[in-house]
Amino acid sequence: MSEQMRMIVENVDLYYGTFRALRSITLNIPANRVTALIGPSGCGKSSFLRCLNRMNDLVPGARVSGRILLDDTEIYAPNVDVVLLRKRIGMVFQRPNPFPMSIYDNVAYGPRIHGEKQKAVLDELVESSLRGAALWDEVKDRLNKSALGLSGGQQQRLCIARSLAVKPDILLMDEPASALDPISTSKVEDLIRELRENYSIVIVTHNMQQAARISDYTAFFLSGELVEYGPTGAMFTNPRDQRTEDYITGRFG
Amino acid sequence: MSRQRFGDRLATILLWTAGLLILVILAAFLIRILGQGLPVIDWRFLTAKPKAMAAGGGIGPQLFNTFYITVLSLLVSLPIGLGAGIYMAEYAKPGRVSDMIRLSVEALASVPSIVLGLFGMILFVNAMGWGFSIAGGALALALLNLPVLVRVTEEAVRAVPQSYREASLGLGATRWQTIARVILPTALPGILTGVTLVAGRAIGETAILIYTAGVTVSRHFPDPSLMAAGETLAVRIWSVKSEGLVPDADRIAAGTSALLVLVVLAFNFLLAAPLYWYRSRNSR
Repeated sequence: MSEQMRMIVENVDLYYGTFRALRSITLNIPANRVTALIGPSGCGKSSFLRCLNRMNDLVPGARVSGRILLDDTEIYAPNVDVVLLRKRIGMVFQRPNPFPMSIYDNVAYGPRIHGEKQKAVLDELVESSLRGAALWDEVKDRLNKSALGLSGGQQQRLCIARSLAVKPDILLMDEPASALDPISTSKVEDLIRELRENYSIVIVTHNMQQAARISDYTAFFLSGELVEYGPTGAMFTNPRDQRTEDYITGRFG
Repeated sequence: MSRQRFGDRLATILLWTAGLLILVILAAFLIRILGQGLPVIDWRFLTAKPKAMAAGGGIGPQLFNTFYITVLSLLVSLPIGLGAGIYMAEYAKPGRVSDMIRLSVEALASVPSIVLGLFGMILFVNAMGWGFSIAGGALALALLNLPVLVRVTEEAVRAVPQSYREASLGLGATRWQTIARVILPTALPGILTGVTLVAGRAIGETAILIYTAGVTVSRHFPDPSLMAAGETLAVRIWSVKSEGLVPDADRIAAGTSALLVLVVLAFNFLLAAPLYWYRSRNSR
């Protein structure tokens, strides 16, 4: 590929205690593209995603070996500031998890914890993030109402806005639409296609049609291994590995 | 009627009765206490000093001491109790140390209050030479309330969904920022319930204070000294009836009881009102 790479992953193993969840994963995350991670349940795709922003640090007994580089810096080096790393790599979770605060406070949470206090700046950040998540028009008149009053699809777009507000370079999305109805799902998918212009996106999905619709590159995981990885079009029409073809055609998983 | 319907009807009646019985008991209790005691309460009663042998004494100093000791004991027990609860829920790794802390908290919780009172007397009154004092009473009360606060805080913090922590850390927050900005506000209703419980206990506690704060009051009123003798309303009820020196002991006891009930109710309301407001603002 002649793409510029945002993140480079080399020979990464992930252990939960003695259990080896990921085996020798090598792959690249290109800039300003959507990379989809697909595979059956339990194959390790979500675990891999959580390695990228060191969320696995929260799991007792989790250990990562190998190298993961963000713009030439190894993110698991001992003196890395994890707080800053997570500011540059944002994450959207499977179930929408807005804080029990107002819509405004949810989106402003990120900038505030990183030190932003001026109201004018926060106002502008909140608006641009909500616009970026295609939610502004629906909530602009009720920014001070609780975020818990929004519908599921709106809450998920709010979580996306919340992640955008800290101006990350990379967005990790763990099955962001799986808890949503079809209309909300298609709104989120449209959003992801637009976000690609300004962000590099990695999305885990168990929905192959979704991967085919919105991603530029696809990685197929199976039992903790990376079986195949390449441009989405080529992978779906002409997979190189038999296991990939079996999965895509629905023979298992 | 079939047996099935009969059982259902019987259960409904019995459960309603149980609920109503509580109301009836509470009403009877309140009517009796307030009925006998409210007429005694007037401005003079609330502000005058007690008399040693004559009729007509008031309970001004005891009212002052009640608030003083309660607030002081909360000032000591809240930071330690909340801090330990947060530590246990968020920082402590499962292992020997956290097991020992939990065991200590449970052990302290099961000590009878009179034993804590005697301990307070040995430590504060005698060993440290304070005599009967406000400070001794407040500290002994803090010991009483500490385990409850730790337990309540730990449970309230643990009940906060893990998804909030992940969302916050995923945005680049530090652990403390997550605790201060998301976890504690969410756990606040649970913690406040514990604080209400503990404050109510402190206001009404008798055995501990007899042995640490004593049964007399300072000559000056109000006396801000921490070393002054600190008889409270609850202790006064006991002391006036057990000494029996003043001729209007019954009247004073009745009035003090009514006042104590009112103070506890007022305190509960004061802590519950912000809770209601907070809940309505944040859940929708």
